[in-house]
Amino acid sequence: MDRREWPLWEVFIRSRNGLDHKHCGSLHAPDARLALQSARDVYTRRQEGTSIWVVRAEHIVASDPDAKAELFDPAADKIYRHPTFYVLPDDVNHM
Amino acid sequence: MSVAIADDLRAAHVDYLLRLGDSALILGQRLSEWCGHAPVLEEDLALANVALDLIGQARLLLSHAGVLEGHGRDEDQLAFLRAEREFRNVTMVELPNGDFARTVLRNFLFTAFQREVMTGLQGSADAALAAITVKSLKETRYNLEHAAGWVVRLGDGTDESHARIQRAVDELWPYTEEWFAPDAGDEALAGAGIALCWSNTRGAWTDAVTPVLEAATLVIPAGTAFRSTGRLGVHGEHLGPLLSEMQVLQRTYPGATW
Repeated sequence: MDRREWPLWEVFIRSRNGLDHKHCGSLHAPDARLALQSARDVYTRRQEGTSIWVVRAEHIVASDPDAKAELFDPAADKIYRHPTFYVLPDDVNHM
Repeated sequence: MSVAIADDLRAAHVDYLLRLGDSALILGQRLSEWCGHAPVLEEDLALANVALDLIGQARLLLSHAGVLEGHGRDEDQLAFLRAEREFRNVTMVELPNGDFARTVLRNFLFTAFQREVMTGLQGSADAALAAITVKSLKETRYNLEHAAGWVVRLGDGTDESHARIQRAVDELWPYTEEWFAPDAGDEALAGAGIALCWSNTRGAWTDAVTPVLEAATLVIPAGTAFRSTGRLGVHGEHLGPLLSEMQVLQRTYPGATW
């Protein structure tokens, strides 16, 4: 028996209009049509979504976990990149 | 409409609701047998979702039938305390699941039929029935889309998958004839604006299923004289064992709730 697995797809769900799609999991499917349907069946059974994206996992280019030090650590001591040194007028709220 | 005619129609009306409701219930029960056994996790959930949609439709239809019948029977009594001959489901849905190909092919054929019937019932003079079909149609459209995808995928797939689903077509196709046989009750209800004749859906149903079967490279078998009779209450050998499993709890502990 042929035991080759169906390709892996990553699933992104938008829970409400105006929000971003968020990664919620993955699944196996032989084609895009079934990947969308399975995403609907597996991840939106309890009204979690209003929109679904699926993308073949192999098409996602990911950063190297071993490169964390050079990629992300240098930002740690550059506090001037945060807009926290401005004095806001009292009338400007929710910034 | 005189009261006498209305009374005459009521029996046919209850029957009509039971045919739809029982067909949904029995197919839902069959599909739930796949729970935990489907070929892949994703399809396990998909089939369970379809089963739950069907059982939900059955609840609405049987509840409505029980009220109309006027003997005080609710959905549970109709589902769990009727005998085999009182069930009005079409014969195809009581057949064993067989393999996955046969399961999805049955879903495809029957759901396409359900869609045509429900589409015609949205304007029913029976406001409750119209409302039930409007709600159910959304589920039915999705379930049909899902099943149709599988029919093409398997039919136009490997030699093995093609052979299996072609065998399913050959075995199940004769059971579709029952759906389109003329029926006096249907005609009376159609005349009153309550229902549509199932026999009138043959053209639309054929137009819906044929392109999918062709895309799946499947051959539709020639017609035969065989006519199943489930909707008349005369069933095959498989409904009895299904009911004994489905009804065992209420039969053993009548009135049990939890």
